[in-house]
Amino acid sequence: MIYRRLFDLPTWRVRSPFEELERMRSQMDRVMEGFQGAPAFRPTAGVFPAVNLTEDKERYYVRAELPGINSGDLDIQVTGNNLSLSGERKTGVDVEGARYHRREREGGRFSRIIGLPGDVDPEKVDARLVNGILTVSITKAEAAKPRQITIS
Amino acid sequence: MTDTDTKELKVKDKQEVSTSAEQTRPGLVFTPEVDIFETEKELVLLADMPGVQTKDLNIDLRENVLTLTGDIAPFEGAEEEDILIEYETGKFYRQFTLSEVIDQERIEAALSDGVLRLTLPKVEKATPRKITVTAG
Repeated sequence: MIYRRLFDLPTWRVRSPFEELERMRSQMDRVMEGFQGAPAFRPTAGVFPAVNLTEDKERYYVRAELPGINSGDLDIQVTGNNLSLSGERKTGVDVEGARYHRREREGGRFSRIIGLPGDVDPEKVDARLVNGILTVSITKAEAAKPRQITIS
Repeated sequence: MTDTDTKELKVKDKQEVSTSAEQTRPGLVFTPEVDIFETEKELVLLADMPGVQTKDLNIDLRENVLTLTGDIAPFEGAEEEDILIEYETGKFYRQFTLSEVIDQERIEAALSDGVLRLTLPKVEKATPRKITVTAG
């Protein structure tokens, strides 16, 4: 979203020659990304974990990739229309005399609140953590479910 | 493991693989994040491969090249519509060249909670031996 603003309103900023190059580079990136079938701009909240939110007629589904997290280290709460996920990821190993070649996996605490687009039934929330993928399915409130209307 | 207690986790974009060889099947391919450490006796590799089931994981070691491949089954139901998509899913692929001599017979692999733990024992002759110099 911030990118959109930068692209559409270039005049209110101080211009520099590097800025122009930078802009060209990001536009090229965007074109290249488009070729590979990925959406050119992905809105991210910048908060761990990245989530995918989908819906069907009955439920909302929130999915997040949380490899290496035990279900005990995860706290999920639904308050009103907000789903909060918090927990801790531990990546340390208890091996004596370990010497690292690479250390790319990161550990730490996280917490995030995801606003759901419609009303939900807080009593009917189901969370599963399988193979490092968390799936929270939240039943929509009766009022938020789509209703087929027949023409009489 | 000590400083993780206070650290906040930051969201990171998944790294897409950039290889010269193209895939025959369309789809995204990602690089799993790994930790690799060694002890006196073995080399241990931990790789984050969320969503990969045991049957879809392929580990191959030949001529000192270790290849990890993990396929992902689609999660979404047919009826589901996207509202917010912050990450993509796809295959995992990564290759390593091992400098150590590995005892191929005793390689162990375990996959739990989306993390692969691969234990590669060094062969006997590669384990360091302290050499004492005797005065003579």
